[in-house]
Amino acid sequence: MDEDRDSLCQPPGEMPQASAVRALLDQLDAELVGLAPVKGRLRDIAALLLIDQLRAEQGLQSQPPSLHMCFTGNPGTGKTTVALRMAELLRQLGCVRKGHLVAVTRDDLVGQFIGHTAPKTREVLKKAMGGVLFIDEAYYLYKPENERDYGQESIEILLQVMENHRDDLVVILAGYKDRMDGFFASNPGMASRIAHHIDFPDYGEAELMRIAQLMLARLNYRFDAGAEPAFARYLSLRRQQPHFANARSIRNALDRIRLRQATRLFAADRRLTREQLCTLQAEDVFASRVFAATPAEAH
Amino acid sequence: MRITQGSFSFLPDLSDAQIAAQVEYALGRGWAIGIETTDDPHPRNTFWEMFGNPMFDVSDAAGVMLELRQCRKTFPDHYIRLTAFDSTHGTESVVLSFIVHRPALEPGFRLVRTEVAGRSLQYSLESYAVQRAPEGERYGMRQE
Repeated sequence: MDEDRDSLCQPPGEMPQASAVRALLDQLDAELVGLAPVKGRLRDIAALLLIDQLRAEQGLQSQPPSLHMCFTGNPGTGKTTVALRMAELLRQLGCVRKGHLVAVTRDDLVGQFIGHTAPKTREVLKKAMGGVLFIDEAYYLYKPENERDYGQESIEILLQVMENHRDDLVVILAGYKDRMDGFFASNPGMASRIAHHIDFPDYGEAELMRIAQLMLARLNYRFDAGAEPAFARYLSLRRQQPHFANARSIRNALDRIRLRQATRLFAADRRLTREQLCTLQAEDVFASRVFAATPAEAH
Repeated sequence: MRITQGSFSFLPDLSDAQIAAQVEYALGRGWAIGIETTDDPHPRNTFWEMFGNPMFDVSDAAGVMLELRQCRKTFPDHYIRLTAFDSTHGTESVVLSFIVHRPALEPGFRLVRTEVAGRSLQYSLESYAVQRAPEGERYGMRQE
């Protein structure tokens, strides 16, 4: 009996909040392809928050974790998409009170003349309180080539608020890996105040395919039997080309395929079925410029 | 003499946590918080100076408290009040206002009796603080 009282109230998995959190993470799993490091980190944070609640019930010291994050990764790996989700997620986990997202870039933080920057930055911070402040391409804040740049002032205010209002607001920085590294190298204070440096990996071909299918399903389109292998071939070719931007390139490719499908249907000039309106065919894919470079393989 | 204007003014001064809770309530009703200051707290002086714009896009009390802290730093010897503006059609006015900061020393008001025709009296109020110094120097120890 005594031992029973000694072991704590309930397993963490059975806490009422746990099922809500699990549902949330499952939903994230379903809607975002790949991104294992991101999901892993989120799972850790969620677990910590639940355990913290149990600790608080036992009268143990529990301090809310620092949640400032930095997302790095190549173009189109989902940094902005995840940040948008993060606000809602953190609200449901109870880390932020309101869970709104304020997305800003350098222009919104840094002023044009002396004395303009501080109020501008403070205005943005005020708006973001209780939610998530997302600074896209944060490295533009710091311009080493111009030592009188006002960006530095903005960074200092940010640092101060990140430190003093840790439980009021979560700051997420995002940008390309190499340039963020440069940014942190010249602003060590910023790097040390960010607890979670999450690197977004590039997507593999299978993942890109699933992303494409998710995108199409959301738009009520689908590939027919010929189009799917065609698109797979398109992916493997496109990935080797310069300026490949992961999911963003996929979205653009799908947009172009939809354009070609529309032209094809329009040119056919007969009554269309619902089925035809939804179906993308192999020829829509093969018309792509990507195949033009390797005509022998294309058909 | 302690000035009593707006809501809660007969209570002891609100703590920051209490102010934040009131702000949270106002934001929950969809009201926009504004910060106003004055050093002429005459009861008929309803127009105080605004400290920044009303915060229409702030959704959490922490944002308001950030601004309030800034205002206290700028005007340590002024009265500061928060106003909550309800923009609903048909209301469109301040629906809640309370003092959140006051100078350390409040000298109060003098009752001025003016004798007019027929020896009848007209009464008015005059603030000692306003009388003794121009705007911006009225409260606090600076002018001594």
